[in-house]
Amino acid sequence: MGDALAAYVAIARLWVRSSLEYPASFWAMTVGSLLSTGIDFVGIWVMFSHLTTYGGFDLRQMGFLYGTSQLAIGLADLVVGNVERIGMQIRLGRLDAMMSKPVPLLVQICADQFALRRIARIVQGGGVLIWAGWAVDWTPARAGVLVSMLACGGVIFFGLFVSFSCVQFWTADASEFSNAFTYGGASLLEYPLSVFPKQVALGLTFILPIAFANWYPSLFILGKHDTTGLPHWLELASPVAALVMILVTSTAWRFGVRHYTSTGS
Amino acid sequence: MSLIDVRDLARTFVVRRRNGALTRSRSEVRAVHDLTFSIGAGEMVGYIGPNGAGKSTTIKMLTGILVPSSGRLRVAELEPSRQRTELARRIGVVFGQRTTLWWDLPLRDSFELLQKIYRVDAARHRRNLEEYVELLDLGDLLDTPVRQLSLGQRMRGDITAALLHDPEILYLDEPTIGLDVISKGRLREFLRTLNAERGTTLMLTTHDLQDIEALCDRVIVIDHGTAVFDGPLGDLHHRGESRRTLVVDLVDEAPPIAVPGAETRKVEGPRQWLTFPAGASAAPIVAAVAASYDVADLSIQEPDIEDVIRQIYAGG
Repeated sequence: MGDALAAYVAIARLWVRSSLEYPASFWAMTVGSLLSTGIDFVGIWVMFSHLTTYGGFDLRQMGFLYGTSQLAIGLADLVVGNVERIGMQIRLGRLDAMMSKPVPLLVQICADQFALRRIARIVQGGGVLIWAGWAVDWTPARAGVLVSMLACGGVIFFGLFVSFSCVQFWTADASEFSNAFTYGGASLLEYPLSVFPKQVALGLTFILPIAFANWYPSLFILGKHDTTGLPHWLELASPVAALVMILVTSTAWRFGVRHYTSTGS
Repeated sequence: MSLIDVRDLARTFVVRRRNGALTRSRSEVRAVHDLTFSIGAGEMVGYIGPNGAGKSTTIKMLTGILVPSSGRLRVAELEPSRQRTELARRIGVVFGQRTTLWWDLPLRDSFELLQKIYRVDAARHRRNLEEYVELLDLGDLLDTPVRQLSLGQRMRGDITAALLHDPEILYLDEPTIGLDVISKGRLREFLRTLNAERGTTLMLTTHDLQDIEALCDRVIVIDHGTAVFDGPLGDLHHRGESRRTLVVDLVDEAPPIAVPGAETRKVEGPRQWLTFPAGASAAPIVAAVAASYDVADLSIQEPDIEDVIRQIYAGG
């Protein structure tokens, strides 16, 4: 585990240096990322010039949901987002070269083309979260849940990125398919789950369990009550969801690697 | 105990084909079947065969990239597909047509990363790097970004990259493809030295029979997924009775050339093609032609692998 982490850092560092070989492009991409993620929250802001609450949430509370969803996807995107490129790696035959190195394949794929500019989403989400967190009535329990939420949220999205990318062992390229669940899922989480039909809330709890990445723990921290009628204890169940996600993901990944058929030559 | 042990190895692929708008058929293709051989430590083996014969599939199973469908496979007493990362520390792989070096960074950076990945201790890394840089003449290139290297320079970089962790086995896939004659010669000499001094076991796939002639004591020929020949190269020539070709450009058109020891196969204006056994010397034939005809130019073509293999079948 320590070795894998050290290898990840070493590979990622080289990619950062490699991208700094073209500094103008690096900064343009970073500023671009900041703008394109920032525009999201501007949209919510504008919406609130006509509303005072939305689904029972005021602007700062919306900011809390927005910030936590961006941090969860942002962390996963930065660290493992490149797993989505696995289809391309297979087509280029680069997966074969990675498989002949003594570092777990997943580590190499995730670290490959590591892009520091993706930190933009984390910076921006973090900024909104700090502003929104100002108004929260903090207790030690709520602070603890915040830390656990950020960790579990990252893990849940990590699982989604990897699990859906496993499809590409068979389909060669389907990154848009996984995008629908990863980035798409994260945009749903920017809004209170209570504004969606109950079926959506159930689906995001028990099928694609991303509601545990921010919605349930946020209810606890903000002292709100779920209006979807689901049990209270779900507010503290994020670690369980994260654990299930890890199990599903590692099974899917192993299955994918064993059934990898490589390319022609 | 042999280093590489392959017994009744097979790998099938499922191929789905579209027949019509909605119907699809599913068929199995045997890429490799009934493959058995073993390679001892320190051997240099040429693994040859036409395109699509199963060479790459075999190498991918030996390195653990592909899981065999059936059969037994041991490399350095490990089961490659299950112990892939453990095996990776003990082998080196060079894919001739793609590089594993960092495109935008100096060669040196790629080597440093490999030291970390393979956890080679600093002193040993330095010693190996110095030696390979010297042998492969990479000294001036260490600080050059890989994208600025020529194909031959990059290949030398890739080979160094595959050797820094002292692998027991080195797999080379078409190592001399696209290189000029001088680079090819230097590379072959380097590989011979590596084998002699470090005892590294070499297995190479190639289309260039001269690679095999210069390096390999032993050749395994694979065709349609299974080994059709396993033995010394000399036996292969003998068994296949392969022939070299002498291309003669005469000053004027002439009837077919008749010299002892060679047969004239084709005449096209002033150009004629003569063939003679690969084992025989070209010198007396060239001398005989030059003595009786007005020769403008001469060249000799080595038999290619496809020819040799075709001959195996023809000769039974």
